[in-house]
Amino acid sequence: MSGLEFDCTHRFRGGFALQAAFHTTHRVTALFGPSGGGKTSILSMIAGFLHPQSGRIRLGPGGAMLVDTARRIALPPERRGVGFVFQDHLLFPHLTVEANLRYGAQRLGRRECRELDRVVAVLELGGLLARYPRGLSGGEAQRVALGRALMSGPELLLLDEPLTALDEALRLRVLDYLERVLKEWNIPTLFVSHAKDDVRRLAEWVVVLREGRVVAQGPPDSALG
Amino acid sequence: MFSPITPEEWSAVRLSLQAAGFAVLASLPAAVAMGYLLARGRFSGKWLLEVAVNVPLVLPPVVTGYLLLVCLGRRSPVGAMLERVAGLRLAFTWWGAALAAAVVGFPLMVRAIRLGFQAVDPRLELAARGLGAGRWRTFFTIALPLARRGVLAGGVLAFARGMSEFGATIMLAGNIPGQTRTIPLAIYSLSNRPGGLEQCWRLVALALVLACAALAASEWLEHRGARHERP
Repeated sequence: MSGLEFDCTHRFRGGFALQAAFHTTHRVTALFGPSGGGKTSILSMIAGFLHPQSGRIRLGPGGAMLVDTARRIALPPERRGVGFVFQDHLLFPHLTVEANLRYGAQRLGRRECRELDRVVAVLELGGLLARYPRGLSGGEAQRVALGRALMSGPELLLLDEPLTALDEALRLRVLDYLERVLKEWNIPTLFVSHAKDDVRRLAEWVVVLREGRVVAQGPPDSALG
Repeated sequence: MFSPITPEEWSAVRLSLQAAGFAVLASLPAAVAMGYLLARGRFSGKWLLEVAVNVPLVLPPVVTGYLLLVCLGRRSPVGAMLERVAGLRLAFTWWGAALAAAVVGFPLMVRAIRLGFQAVDPRLELAARGLGAGRWRTFFTIALPLARRGVLAGGVLAFARGMSEFGATIMLAGNIPGQTRTIPLAIYSLSNRPGGLEQCWRLVALALVLACAALAASEWLEHRGARHERP
């Protein structure tokens, strides 16, 4: 895929309205803005967890149409090929770290073992494979969640606030891991953040959201002002 | 007083175990489906479904038995068809005792299973879908394993309720020694005989122990999750 087209409108029950359109062809794009701006809702719509009332979402020009309400298209989440890393990780508590990693690997077929080795090496998960999610620290769970999403062979990676709720030392380490992953896998990535520093360091393109609308987009230096 | 268990008592115990056990196993898939539907489903008319599922809980069991007899007895269209097509007779047979146990136990089973599913974060299921698992795989690998304690608790409760079933059983299946006379019916029959009150203590004690054990087991299952799964 070579981009993402998003153009959706959704009015939530509480009265909040999301009306956002953007288009990116960059490898790493950030959705930036204050909380409550609709950033996570956009990720949920791309992943198929939330159905917009009207609009279109397409992976790249000529890529898969994920949503087109006018044509009544809405692919189920399992057929979107989108890897979602939740803010609170959502690891499966009854499965070991290894089983969590392998859960989404069906699509890979024979490549599963090789991909597992690669994920374990890059994210340094070797010592964690036999453990259960309950025993993991926040940073460890974050790495497992990232690894699990990568193991599903996604065409687009969605990261919801990957660096929030981490202390400074851990935040820098996770940033390192993220940079390594983005370089190693080279998967188009959309991540949500409200920290300018993180956006500057990771993103090539920034979409700034405020109260459900896109107020600016461009390279970090110009979009963040 | 400490005479060994009589063949009559033994047959009542065996019949009770058989009817309640069969009732639980046969209705478990439906109870799991219903529990999941009530825990996750959002649809109009849900309250009506809840009433329908729970009504045997508050209905006099005799009324449940009466309705079952009217709907499924030999002279009813459904009962006649069951007998003709499958050779299955519900009225005054062991099958009737099992059906009575299943119907009165169903609401209890659904209730515990529903609680089990409600305790599972629905976003875990979304996470599984996002990883490429379809609805069925998500249900069987995420929702059901995480709710398994609720399912077990529901099964145990329904089994205990089935073991103690009296009213619906006597209406639908009658009180035939060796065929439909379960523990409660045997106690009732014994106590109507001269000197019978003294004779039925063994069955009474057994019923009491089974009921307490089942309640304790279901409590334990519902409130103590597997250690590594607790948040």
